[in-house]
Amino acid sequence: MNSTVIVFPGSNCDRDVATALTKLQFKNKMVWHKDNNLPKSDLIVIPGGFSYGDYLRSGAIAAKSNILKEVIRAANSGCLILGICNGFQILIETGLLQGALLRNRNLKFISKDVYLKVINNDNKFCKNYKKNNIINLNIAHNEGNYFTQKDHLKELEDNALIPFKYCDKEGSINDKNNPNGSMNNIAGILNNKKNILGMMPHPERMIDSLISNTDGIELFNSVLN
Amino acid sequence: MKITKDIIESHGIKLDEYSKIKQLLDREPNYLELGIFSAMWNEHCSYKSSKVHLKKLPIKNKNVIQGPGENAGVIDIGDDDAIIFKIESHNHPSFIEPYQGAATGVGGILRDVFTMGARPIALLNSIHFGDPNNKETKNLLNGVVSGIGGYGNCIGIPTVAGETKFHETYNENILVNAMAVGLANKKKIFYSKAKGVNKAVVYVGSKTGRDGIHGASMASAEFDENSEDKKPTVQVGDPFTEKLLMEACLELMKKESIISIQDMGAAGLTSSSVEMAHKGNLGIELNLDKIPCREENMSPYEMMLSESQERMLIILEDGKEDEARAIFKKWDLDFVVIGKTTETKNLSLKFKKKIVATIPIDALSSKAPLYDRKWSKKKLSKKKTNIKELKKIKFDEAFFKILSSPNHSNKKWVTEQYDQMVMGDTIERSGANAAIIKIHNKDKAIAVTVDSSANYCKSHPLSGGKQIVSESWRNLISVGAKPIAITNCLNFGNPENPDVMGEFAENILGVKEACEFLDYPVVSGNVSFYNGTNNNNIFPTPVIGGVGLIKNLKKIQNHRFKKIDSKILIIGKTFGHLGQSVLINEIYNMNDGMPPEVNLLNEKNNGEMVLKLINEGFVNSVHDVSTGGIILALAEMSLSSQIGVKILKPKKLSNMFEYFFGEDQSRYVVEVDKNNYFKIEKLLNDNNIYFENIGVTQKDNFELDKDLKTSVKELYEINNKWYNNFNGLIS
Amino acid sequence: MKLAVIITLKKDVLDPQGKVIEQTLQNMGINSLKNLRQGKYIEIELNELDEKKAHDTVENMCKKLLVNLIIEEYKIKKI
Repeated sequence: MNSTVIVFPGSNCDRDVATALTKLQFKNKMVWHKDNNLPKSDLIVIPGGFSYGDYLRSGAIAAKSNILKEVIRAANSGCLILGICNGFQILIETGLLQGALLRNRNLKFISKDVYLKVINNDNKFCKNYKKNNIINLNIAHNEGNYFTQKDHLKELEDNALIPFKYCDKEGSINDKNNPNGSMNNIAGILNNKKNILGMMPHPERMIDSLISNTDGIELFNSVLN
Repeated sequence: MKITKDIIESHGIKLDEYSKIKQLLDREPNYLELGIFSAMWNEHCSYKSSKVHLKKLPIKNKNVIQGPGENAGVIDIGDDDAIIFKIESHNHPSFIEPYQGAATGVGGILRDVFTMGARPIALLNSIHFGDPNNKETKNLLNGVVSGIGGYGNCIGIPTVAGETKFHETYNENILVNAMAVGLANKKKIFYSKAKGVNKAVVYVGSKTGRDGIHGASMASAEFDENSEDKKPTVQVGDPFTEKLLMEACLELMKKESIISIQDMGAAGLTSSSVEMAHKGNLGIELNLDKIPCREENMSPYEMMLSESQERMLIILEDGKEDEARAIFKKWDLDFVVIGKTTETKNLSLKFKKKIVATIPIDALSSKAPLYDRKWSKKKLSKKKTNIKELKKIKFDEAFFKILSSPNHSNKKWVTEQYDQMVMGDTIERSGANAAIIKIHNKDKAIAVTVDSSANYCKSHPLSGGKQIVSESWRNLISVGAKPIAITNCLNFGNPENPDVMGEFAENILGVKEACEFLDYPVVSGNVSFYNGTNNNNIFPTPVIGGVGLIKNLKKIQNHRFKKIDSKILIIGKTFGHLGQSVLINEIYNMNDGMPPEVNLLNEKNNGEMVLKLINEGFVNSVHDVSTGGIILALAEMSLSSQIGVKILKPKKLSNMFEYFFGEDQSRYVVEVDKNNYFKIEKLLNDNNIYFENIGVTQKDNFELDKDLKTSVKELYEINNKWYNNFNGLIS
Repeated sequence: MKLAVIITLKKDVLDPQGKVIEQTLQNMGINSLKNLRQGKYIEIELNELDEKKAHDTVENMCKKLLVNLIIEEYKIKKI
C-alpha cells in the first residue's frame, strides 16, 4: 500500500505519522506543500500540528496551498484521506468535510488520553475495530470542539458517518466525558462516500505499548486490508 | 550627543565602569558604543558577579563533550548520539507579560539547543508563583502556563516534566525557567567559534523590530519626541517562525557549509557577533544598512540592542551562500549577508557609509568587569522543632491538608495544557519521578527532571545546594536511569547585597560538593540575579535540570504500584527530620529550623543499590521520598495506580509525624513481590543498605495503622480539587 | 447605544498572524498588498443614551479586560 503524508510549514506530527505508517508496512512518501504533484497513493494523510502557526483560523491557510488542490482531486476520485487533528481542521477548511471546529469549551489547550467508543465500523478506516469497542487515544488541541448544523448532524448520525465518540472507561457517552464540548461527543466524522476521515485524536501516538498503548494500530491496519 | 552622567546611569553602568570603558577605548564612547558596552557588561551577559564562584563547579566526566561556555552543554550517550541541553530563566519578562514572557523563554532555550545541531526532543520547566491569595497570582499562572504550552505545542516539541510551586517570596517576582533537551550526532555539533578571515556573516530568521530594547537606556533626550512610538516593546514569540528557522537550520547543518552559528538571544546582534568573534580571536564588521528591519527608520542603536526573537547569525564557508540561501528561501525566511570576519579584532559597525562604532572585541568580552563581591555567611537557625506543637492537629487532617494544598495538589490542570506526546517518543510523562524520552528508532532512552527546594536553600544554602543536586540524581535513579550531568538555573536576589551574595556563594559550594561526589557535573546553565524588589529579595532558588541515560528499555521503572499484596520497603534510614518540611512550613507555618542534611555517601550507595534492584528486575515500582516524606510518596504511588496500602506501625517509631512526614534524604519507597523478598533482603544486607519493611499494597484502601484509614478514591478527590477551585472551574 | 472596539497590536509589536496572512495573500497573487495587521473587533450594546458616558464605559472595559495594554491598542467607534 502506498501512503503519502502532506507536510506544511508548521506541521509537527508529520514524522510521527510517517513512523507509524512505515512501522505498519505502508510504503510512505512525504510531500511538501508547495509541490504540485501527488505520488500515486492509496492513503493520503494530513498530519497534525500548527500549519502556518494556526494563524487566522486553524487550517485556513493550509487549505489554500497548491498541494491541497491535488488532494481534493484525489479525494473526489475515491482515494482514502485521513486528517488527524490539524489535518481534520484543514479538511474542514477545504470543504471536504462539513462543520466547524471551535475553540475547546474550557478555552484551554487540552492534551490527555481519552476513551473513544467505536460507533460505526462499517468503513475502510475502522473495519478492524468491533462496533462499540472502547479505545484509548491521545488528544492535543486547542480547537477540537466539533459543531455543525442540525440537519447535517442528523445526517451524520443516520448514515453511520460518525466512527468515534468520546466516552468514559466503561463506554458511556455523556457530557462529563466530553473533553472539548463537541456536539454529541463527536471525535471524528466521515464524508458521505466514507473515503475521508477527519478526527481529533491521534492514532499515530498509540502504536507502541512501551510509549502508550496499541489502540491506534487497527485504524491503519483497517486501511491495509 | 554628549554622554552625561544620567545617560551612563540609565544604561546601568557604574561611573568606575565608565572610566574603564574610556580607558579601554582611549577615548569617550559614542552613544551607540555605550549601549553596546551596557549590553555586554550587564550581569546577564557578563556573569561579572557570579564568575568567580561558578568556576568552582565541576564540569567534566567521561560523558561530557562540551561544558559551560557554549550555547548549551553536550554529553555523549553512546552510538554517536549526543544530548544537548540547557535551562534558562525568563523571570522579569514573564512578570510584565506572562504569556509572551514565558513563550519567548521557551523559544530562547530551544534556539540554544538547535543552534548546536540538535533536534529538540523535550521541554521542561520550573515555574514559581507568589501566594495564591495574592491577586496577581491567578493571572500570572494562567498566562505563564498558556505561554509555555502555546510555544511548545505549536513548534511540536513535547513538554514532558516540570514543577509548579507557590510561595509568597515570589509575590513581586515570579520565576519562569525553561529547559530544552535535544538530540544530535556527536560528529555534527556546531559551535559559536568563528574561524577564518573574510568569511560571510549571515543574518537569518525574523526581521528586527524594537522589541525588548532596554527601557532605562531609552530614557534620554534623543527620544523625547514621539516617545510613545519609541517605548521599548514587549517581545512577542512566534513559534511558527521558530519552527521554520529550526527546520531550515537543521537542513543546512546536514551540509558542510557552516563554520559557526549563534542564536541572537539577550542583547541580540551585539552579543551574538561579539561572542563569535571573541571565541575565534577575530574581528567582525557589520553593515547595518543590510539588517532586515520590521520598522522604518530604525537607528543603529536599536538594531544592535533589539531582542527580537527567532533570529540567528551564521558564518559560512566560502562559496556556500547560494546553497544556504536556497534552504532559507524554501522556508520563507530572511537570509542576508550583513558583514564579514576581519583580522582587526574589533567590532566595527557601518551605517549609511559611515563607521558608527569601533570597539575592540576583548573590551566587550575578556576585559569586561569581574567582581568578587562581598558576601557574608548565613546565620543559621538554632531552633529545634517543638514536637508538642504537632499534637495540636490530627495526623489525618495534616495529611489531607497537605494533599490538597497548592504545592501538592495534582497538577493536571497545568500539564494537560502541554502536548506531552508529540514526536511519539515520550515513555513517561509529567507527574513521574522523571520523564523518559526514547531515542527515536533506538533501544535506549534518556530520563530528565527539574528540581528545586527554595526553603531548604534559604535556611541553609550549603545543604540546600547539596540537596537539590541529590534530589535530581535520585529522581533519575528512580526510573532506572544512570544520572549523567546537570544544567542549572540560579535564581537569586540582588548580588550587591552581601547576604544574597553569601547565599549564592554557599549554595554553589553545596552544589559543587554533591556534583563531585556523585560524578554529576554541570555542563550548562544560567544565573539570574536581581530577583526581588526594594531589598525584598526572593528565596535563593537554584533549579537543577538533570539528564540520565537508560541503556536498555526493558529496565525502566516508574512509581505506579503494580500489584496487590506486594511488600513495601523504605530504602535509606528515617530519622524523622521535620525542620523545613512541608508539615512544619505549610501546616504549622513555622519557617525556622534547619533543612535535612544530605549524607552523600548514603545517597550514592542507596541510589546505586536501587538502580541495581531495577536492573535485576526485583522491584515492581519505585518512588523517591521527597517533600512531604514517606506518606506523600506512598500517596503518589497509590494515586497514580489506584492501588491502596496497608502500613504498619514502624518498630523503631519515635513519633508518627516525624516518621511519616520527616524529610530525611537519600530514601526510596520500593514495591517488591513477596516471592522476591528474601533475595532482596539478602542483597540489601550484604551491601549494608539500611531498609525497613513497612507494609503491603492492598485493594482500594489507604491505611496507616490506626491513625489513618481512607480510600484511594477519596484521596484522589482531595488531591484533585485545588487547581479547579482556584481557577473557578467545577471539579 | 452600540459601540465597537477595534483592538490591534501596537505598531511596534510583532504581529506573527498578520505577517503570515500577508504572505499568503501575496503568494495568492495580490501584488498590491503592502502591509497587513490583524486584530479583534468587539461590538458592545449599552443601556446608555449619553454618547460620552457610553464611550467612557467602553473605555473602562477596554482598560480593565478587553485590551492587553502592554501589547495592544484600541479604538472605540459608535455604530
